[in-house]
Amino acid sequence: MQASKPEHFNLNVKKALAQPDLKGIIRRTTDKADAKRAEAVVNFPEFEKARLQGQKIKDHTIKHMAHYLAEFEKNASAQGAIVHWASTGEEASRIVMDICKQHNAKKVTRSKSMLGEEIGLTHSLDNSDIERIETDLAEHIIQLAGDPPSHIVWPAMHRSREDVIKLFRQFHKDPTSSEEIIDLVDSARRDLRTKFLAADIGISGANFLLADSGSTCTVTNEGNAELTTTPPKVHIITAGIEKLVPSMAHAVPLLRLLTRSATGAEITQYITFHNGPKRINDADGPEECHIVLVDNGRTKMLADDMKEMLRCIRCGACMNHCVVYKHIGGHAYGSVYPGPMGSVLTPHLNSLEVANKQTHACTMNGRCEEVCPVNIPLPKLLRSLRAQSWEKKFEPLTNRLFVKIFAQLAKRPKLFQFTSSCSVLFMRVFSKNGWIRFLPLAAGWTKNRDLIAPNSQTFMQQYKKHQKPKSNRSA
Amino acid sequence: MLNDSTNLSDDSSDNSDQKKIPCVNVGEKRVGLFVTCLVNTMRPSVGFASLSLLEQAGCKVEVPEAQSCCGQPAFNSGDDEGTRQIAYQTIAQFEGFDYVVVPSGSCAAMIKKSFIEVLKEQPEWLARAKRLANVTYELLSFLVDVCDFVPEGVELNGSYTYHDSCSGYRSLGVYEQPRKMLAKVSGLSHKPLNGHSECCGFGGTFCVKYSDISNEIVTEKADNILDSNVDFLLGGDMGCLMNMAGKLNRDGHTEIKALHTAEVLAGMTQGVIEVKNAGK
Repeated sequence: MQASKPEHFNLNVKKALAQPDLKGIIRRTTDKADAKRAEAVVNFPEFEKARLQGQKIKDHTIKHMAHYLAEFEKNASAQGAIVHWASTGEEASRIVMDICKQHNAKKVTRSKSMLGEEIGLTHSLDNSDIERIETDLAEHIIQLAGDPPSHIVWPAMHRSREDVIKLFRQFHKDPTSSEEIIDLVDSARRDLRTKFLAADIGISGANFLLADSGSTCTVTNEGNAELTTTPPKVHIITAGIEKLVPSMAHAVPLLRLLTRSATGAEITQYITFHNGPKRINDADGPEECHIVLVDNGRTKMLADDMKEMLRCIRCGACMNHCVVYKHIGGHAYGSVYPGPMGSVLTPHLNSLEVANKQTHACTMNGRCEEVCPVNIPLPKLLRSLRAQSWEKKFEPLTNRLFVKIFAQLAKRPKLFQFTSSCSVLFMRVFSKNGWIRFLPLAAGWTKNRDLIAPNSQTFMQQYKKHQKPKSNRSA
Repeated sequence: MLNDSTNLSDDSSDNSDQKKIPCVNVGEKRVGLFVTCLVNTMRPSVGFASLSLLEQAGCKVEVPEAQSCCGQPAFNSGDDEGTRQIAYQTIAQFEGFDYVVVPSGSCAAMIKKSFIEVLKEQPEWLARAKRLANVTYELLSFLVDVCDFVPEGVELNGSYTYHDSCSGYRSLGVYEQPRKMLAKVSGLSHKPLNGHSECCGFGGTFCVKYSDISNEIVTEKADNILDSNVDFLLGGDMGCLMNMAGKLNRDGHTEIKALHTAEVLAGMTQGVIEVKNAGK
């Protein structure tokens, strides 16, 4: 499957809606995630308090970003890690590729990292002679299928069990004949196990960067991150600068929010803190550890008054609860980050000009904000991006014209009321038995639903008539 | 446990919500009815029902003639300047009232929250917008929370299910109030709606801009409504009601009537029938 582009959003939506099975496939995952999260929240009576605390931790760190970044660099370096800074995705990807070249790496294992996708690392590796091995089960599936991820937590959610069976039979050396999930997982394990040990370099992301110790933290369920980061001689960590927290004491409350919001679990199977390369007395671990800290539009978000978005801990709850995402799926957004959080992030990682349509594909129902574990006002941020698009005239001319005429009328109540009474008469020309099946200029509505027919007069017209006999009342 | 080690020195600013106006002598207060454009053009009976209910609750209601739209189409399209122009005139028209009541959660939320957002850099207008926000209420919550209104002698035979519109439910916390009043309607029984607070896919300009996505969402909503097997679909926002009713009708499900809760409470459920006759 070809990666779709953000600027082709409308076309992508059309394609997504034309796939009859897609909705059911998405629902299989999101409905389960919704229910599990809801249960986890009920079982965590301090959830609201924790959310506010999580928000405060993030806001504090964002406010003092420069201070904590410097502290992180100092402490990570003291642990023996080599810290690199990248202002763009390309730069980050180039730094990683340069390290790979220096070590003459032939095989690279990668544990799931959306930042890796964001900086285009998968493409850079595929365009080199290095073999890229995705070790997360879902990433393994989409690597075999050649798909981009469709969700930030379950990147292969768009693939059915039948798809996986076919892919594993085609690509695994020793495939299973069973169709049971446990046997399929085993098949992937057999296929990946030898590759873990043969890798020259392991690349991971980070869920948290701890400033006071210089540690990085990965949160996983499969143990693949540990096998990616421990056996190879070199470990490279790529992380966005927003992953920073002051200390372990700040990471843990966020971790409690993250796992519950993502999968409804109280904790994941593996939470690992990486502390630079192995020490003299350590039995294993990488000999070299690189940390690539990536900006790629993040400091610009601070400047653009989008700082609340930097709170995001990438749990995916906003997309699981988004009515639009649930119908069109992740690929339609044409970005590594789909759904509400993606529609806010993509314009900053890419540009608003190519990714402004996504900001309009939202009903502003507020569900995403309601479930966000760090209280990101996603609808407010989306609307503020719409305001930027409006300023920059990215909106189609017809839409702009409609809104401008509307606003001109609405600020003149008399004219507005007159136009309203005319529109009622116009609509009645097309009404039959109390309903309108087609209305010119409102085809977007009548394409899929009927419109109730109005009375012959507006409320105001009727009210004025009704009021006349007792018009001696003064305001 | 949550406070100890992670206490941070700088608190994020607290956007404290509007204070509730104490519920005293509502009858002496002047209430301005903001009709909303959808009620004005598509369903006048909701406006008359609102008037009737407010008067029954003892309010002195006025309907300023010089009113238009709350500005949501401009605001949601990102036209901040257009929104401000609309906000100026709405504030000027309604700031003299003790209360402003709106038979729509989304229009009430626009006046209560979004005017403040677009006027945040104009201190004088911002102060006026905040004052208006403090006295503006969605109709159903106003009747219960401020007027302590209990409908009497209202009858409607059949069963209903309730769609909680997103703005009313999430922005303004409207949930119990309509249910509390509807429980007093004799002959009317409630049946739960699966996904009662899930968006219906209306979203203002969204439903015409992304008509096909909206259609998928409302199709699912319609299925849930049909599953609840009721005579009436009730709600507090004309936009959502028109969307759901329009979908049900397009698919031939004419057995379910969509009504605004105010119409039921005011005994004005004939609005639909009057409309039907008018079209013949």
